[in-house]
Amino acid sequence: MSTSIAHLKRGQKGVIREFPDDFLPIKLLELGCLPGNEVELVQVAPFKDPLYINVNGSHIAIRRSMALKIELDLIEDTPDV
Amino acid sequence: MSKQINVALIGNPNTGKTSVFNQLTGLNQKVGNYPGITVEKKEGICKLPRGVKAHIIDLPGTYSLNTTSLDESVAVELLLNKNDKDHPDVAIVISDVENLKRNLLLFTQIKDLKIPTILVINMADRMVRKGITLDIELMEKKLDTKIALVSTRKKTGIERLKELIADYKNLSIAPNVDTTVIAPEYFKSLQETFPNENLHKLWLVITQDVNFMPLEKKLIKDTSSFNTKSKSELKRLQQKETIKRYQFINSILKETYKVDVNAAKGLKATLDKILTHKIFGYLIFFVVLLTIFQAIYDWSSIPMDFIDETFVSASEWVKDSFPPGMLTNLIAEGILSGIGGIVIFIPQIAFLFLFISLLEESGYMSRVVFLMDRVMRPFGLSGKSIVPLISGTACAIPAVMATRTIENWKERLITILVTPFTTCSARLPVYLIIIALVIPEGRFLGLGYQAMTLMLLYLIGFGAAILSAMVLNKVLKIKSRTFFVMEMPNYKLPLIKNVAYTVWEKTKSFVFGAGKIILAISIILWFLGSNGFTEKYENADSIIEHRIQTEGLSVFNQESIANNLEAYKIALNDSIAKKVYTIGPEQVKDSIHRLDKELFEKAKHQEIASFKLENSYIGNMGKAIEPMVRPLGYDWKIGIALITSFAAREVFVSTLATIYSVGSDEEHTIKNRMAAEMNANTNKPLFNLASGISLLLFYAFAMQCMSTLAIVKRETNSWKWPAAQLVFMSLFAYIVALVAYQILK
Repeated sequence: MSTSIAHLKRGQKGVIREFPDDFLPIKLLELGCLPGNEVELVQVAPFKDPLYINVNGSHIAIRRSMALKIELDLIEDTPDV
Repeated sequence: MSKQINVALIGNPNTGKTSVFNQLTGLNQKVGNYPGITVEKKEGICKLPRGVKAHIIDLPGTYSLNTTSLDESVAVELLLNKNDKDHPDVAIVISDVENLKRNLLLFTQIKDLKIPTILVINMADRMVRKGITLDIELMEKKLDTKIALVSTRKKTGIERLKELIADYKNLSIAPNVDTTVIAPEYFKSLQETFPNENLHKLWLVITQDVNFMPLEKKLIKDTSSFNTKSKSELKRLQQKETIKRYQFINSILKETYKVDVNAAKGLKATLDKILTHKIFGYLIFFVVLLTIFQAIYDWSSIPMDFIDETFVSASEWVKDSFPPGMLTNLIAEGILSGIGGIVIFIPQIAFLFLFISLLEESGYMSRVVFLMDRVMRPFGLSGKSIVPLISGTACAIPAVMATRTIENWKERLITILVTPFTTCSARLPVYLIIIALVIPEGRFLGLGYQAMTLMLLYLIGFGAAILSAMVLNKVLKIKSRTFFVMEMPNYKLPLIKNVAYTVWEKTKSFVFGAGKIILAISIILWFLGSNGFTEKYENADSIIEHRIQTEGLSVFNQESIANNLEAYKIALNDSIAKKVYTIGPEQVKDSIHRLDKELFEKAKHQEIASFKLENSYIGNMGKAIEPMVRPLGYDWKIGIALITSFAAREVFVSTLATIYSVGSDEEHTIKNRMAAEMNANTNKPLFNLASGISLLLFYAFAMQCMSTLAIVKRETNSWKWPAAQLVFMSLFAYIVALVAYQILK
């Protein structure tokens, strides 16, 4: 199932899909936002923006507009620890 | 002097880089600015084994050498520019054991510049709790470097790091990753065009947005024999490079880094759940803000009163113990009160930075930004702006200094520019006395009019700050990061040493940075207030003496003395009747006479002081600006008070006390005298509803604080912004006050 980071529920995980090469800011790539890496939505701020995610071991906050751009393959039945 | 090694500390934010710096240098550090820009430069000296000394620079935190901000480009420039006097002989990359993967990206980039690079793996104390095991030896071999496993909290590993630095000549400078494979043709042609340059360095010069070495960049672009690539092509290559580096790093970590997943979860997740919660998150933040506010508003008043009294008595002591004259007055009234005016801010600055560094060190500040980002964004402010804006309600000076924590320059500048609108505690005495004079005491729905007016003034101040932020956000054309990525670091117990250094450093930078400007302006104001160019000023004593002999004291003073004597007589007779004293009528008369004489002398001095101020340079300036302030409903006396308020707003009250020759600082007396004052132009009471509201609004908006201007100059590293603040705020205040008076009169 395909979706974006902005559509994740808290605690849900997905794997980043391939995206066009000059699509995301280089900074985000360096923080680990690369195709094939796993993303978990940790927390959502009030007004649903920004989003707090864990990607590739980096705990970062990004704005909703950016999160909408990053497409994911959802990992089904995410075990809730 | 023996040769010093230049050492650069570089690392991602939140890796404890500053803690390592503090442990290496101790108090041998100084903080300044890079020339011409607002980026903070931290450097220090460290003694190494075998008598070697190292000059250590703590570079701004950066995630990679691909820069997106001025701070980061400082780091890159220093690493690339061999001619820079601080160009490092050895670079130390600080990494956090829990984020090793990401931290190593920066390491490989620096290593590829062929600079000897040592890897510090910090926060080793967390390894056991997080279930992490490392094979340091293998990692050293794979990364082709030396590694120091450090815990700044437990103070371990620093000695080994010092050994490694002293031994830097034995480090390999071979690159880690061959990035040319991502576009072999391109890099081949690049190298052929510039055979003498490091390829990775050329690549960095080409790809950076920030033009840190204009000459070289232009040179590369203009060389026709070399095919340049489009921006999106370059970006694609950068992405490929990043992936390539991560592949290299992953292959190393697979063999050397083990983490027991079950041990990893825990505290962070739980704390995040509470601290960023929709309701509890805000509640907790509100309590934190309240505590900060209480500290700088309330707790700091104790040391502040002490400082105030100390300087007043020091000034009196100087006046009493030295021969009267210009020099004594300069020391007692100019210099001492000027220094007092600087020292008085120290408690508030120290308190605010105590809290701010606790918030930063613990990792909580990032959660604040997370919570506040959406709310502050429409105003062009950062989530972090909320701390300066609230602190500004106590005092704008520490608040402006607190904006240092905002990374984005545009957001930081806007915060600096709008903070002085918030109602600081120096406005309070002015508000209180004017409200008491012009706002009736009645109540509406149980709320006093006076209290409501005061609350309204606070709201107006905050509203002005928010609105002008919105305007500035539209008007200011500053290129800054357009996207927002923020790391949410691990929670840590703050290191007391780091907190103490921050408090010490901020206080020092205020006293020696902004302090000299404040002192200079205090002395100028003192000089203008206690010197005059007219004969009237020179002969003030004899003129007033003569006037009192012919016309007597001023009506207000006569009445006030008569009232005083009457009260004294009643009290005395009462005491005699109750047999507290047993004195005869002669003695009563004598003591009344003595009091009368005393009060007369005091009143005479007050009238001389008032006459002197009126005829001093400042007095003449006040009269000169009267045509300008008359449409606002003020006279020249208020004009003088507006000018002297520049030292600090609360001086308004004491200046009026001097002008009206009311000796005591007691608010009640000053208030009565002000209420009796008539406006010579309109023959109505000077302080009426219209002129009072006009004054309140003027004080709400005007930039009347030289100390704030001085600190803004220091924080923005230019006179441009404080000058803009002064002009715009004062102009705005003038217009609002004018409109208010003209409508209400």
